Amino acid sequence: MTNSVFDPVALRSDFPIFQRTVRGGARLVFLDSGATSQKPRSVLDAERNFYENHNAAVNRGSYLLAEEANAAYESARQSVADFLNGKFEEVIFTKSATESLNLLAYSFGNSQSSSKFAVKPGDGIVVSEIEHHANLIPWQQLAKRTGAELSWFSVTPEGRLDLSNIDQVITEKTKIVAITHQSNVLGTIIPLAEIVKRAHAVGALVVLDACQSVPHFSIDVAALGIDFLAFSGHKALGPTGIGVLWGRSELLSEMEPFLTGGSMIESVTMTDATWAPIPRRFEAGVPNMAQAVGLEAALKYLTEVGMERVHGHELDLTASALSQISDIPGVKVVGPLDMKDRGGVISFTVEGVHPHDVGQVLDSFGIAVRTGHHCAWPLMRRMNVVGTTRASFYLYNTEDDVVALVDGIRSVQKYFGV
Amino acid sequence: MDLDSLYQEVILDHYKHPLHKGLSEEKTIQVHHVNPSCGDEITLNLLLEANMVADISWDGVGCSISQASTSIMSDLLIGKSISEAFSILDEFSGLMQSKGGSKGNEEVLEDAVALAGVSKFPARIKCALLGWMAFKDAASQGMSDEASNKQGEENG
Repeated sequence: MTNSVFDPVALRSDFPIFQRTVRGGARLVFLDSGATSQKPRSVLDAERNFYENHNAAVNRGSYLLAEEANAAYESARQSVADFLNGKFEEVIFTKSATESLNLLAYSFGNSQSSSKFAVKPGDGIVVSEIEHHANLIPWQQLAKRTGAELSWFSVTPEGRLDLSNIDQVITEKTKIVAITHQSNVLGTIIPLAEIVKRAHAVGALVVLDACQSVPHFSIDVAALGIDFLAFSGHKALGPTGIGVLWGRSELLSEMEPFLTGGSMIESVTMTDATWAPIPRRFEAGVPNMAQAVGLEAALKYLTEVGMERVHGHELDLTASALSQISDIPGVKVVGPLDMKDRGGVISFTVEGVHPHDVGQVLDSFGIAVRTGHHCAWPLMRRMNVVGTTRASFYLYNTEDDVVALVDGIRSVQKYFGV
Repeated sequence: MDLDSLYQEVILDHYKHPLHKGLSEEKTIQVHHVNPSCGDEITLNLLLEANMVADISWDGVGCSISQASTSIMSDLLIGKSISEAFSILDEFSGLMQSKGGSKGNEEVLEDAVALAGVSKFPARIKCALLGWMAFKDAASQGMSDEASNKQGEENG
């Protein structure tokens, strides 16, 4: 995909899965990239090539394959750093974004009480009501373990983060502000700059859950001014089993490890151990090498298409879907109705039909959507819904997919007689 | 895909007009069950009298399959002995695991055979079983309470 014209239909041929049909020959209308993305052939080839030609445990062997495996793995690290505009040693490979966020929470929790990362009774941890469970529960539990106080930004009925009380939410006591960049349910992109400014003014660290943003638009960690960022490879065209934690090197190099074991040590006796420098300090055990290499291929693919074009295309589809879906009587969009600070995710409810049933009928037409609470149970309660149906778009979706979705929703209503 | 095999008319009827929905004051035991993968919730009140299922009432939120299945289950099991109810439950669990291979024994399951199609949709089996598992839990708890009460009386 190096041609200069962005053509999502042509691009679909890079993704083998779109060659198959589903449910009695239906075209696959995949609208669940918010959960996981499909993979281009180049990613699958990269993984296969690693196993077929270079497979050996990194950081250990003294033979040729091990050298090649090392080079491939560290090249992947550099590619992630370049993609985020961070530094090589600031990129930690994990198995998932969930692990990345837990790594932070446990590392902070493991700190000596004299450490600047220590979390103590009376300290504050700030999250928001739009967090995915992966960026809520690690902090909620850290607060419980340490006696720190968890507080949060609420969400407005329109699905925007409410910053009207930002000075009361982020206070002099706040140590950590952990927040999602874009809601996986509402599509809302948060006013990050304002939050970073306030957090840093009180000396708090900012952790960004970028699972829904890194795959979809260009991220520059230096420009954002954040301290840590987590994303998952599989939502960004990459393989499962590979996640990233990016952190500012001066912070990471002072932090306690999370998982301990091989690779992450400097020296070991029967009773003690010292830690390797970053990034290896945070990568215990043989890492997911082929998956890191696959992620590198994914980021290369996205870079060749161009993140600006990926984002622009998603916004076009979202605007089209948003206006058509919100026009259907009995269908309610949960989340912002305008395109301001909004990504390619649309949640909605169909009056009289449970989301699970909506998803089932859509599936009968080959349309894959997510239904339920989207790992954001507190947000569901806040928005007064038991669950929603969610369509999420990516670079391989087309206007035909939007048409199929809109027709599908009408068929749902007809089927259930609502 | 044969959507109609999943959404039988009987199921849609029970979904729109659920039986025994609305919690009754009369109960031996109350249980609350959730399906964490989709957020469906049910509260079930069970009244046991002399080893009989004297009454089941319930309330909750969920999809058509979970609501209809709970409606059918409660209507089917009220008036049965606990041992009969458990054998019907086993029959229904077996039907759900049949992967579309069974139509279900209508003499035992009555309206519940309409849920046979669910067994072809692995993601929906939990929906169909939500109310039944709540009943199983309530009945097991109710019986062990009764047993311990009885033992208490005998000891006293």
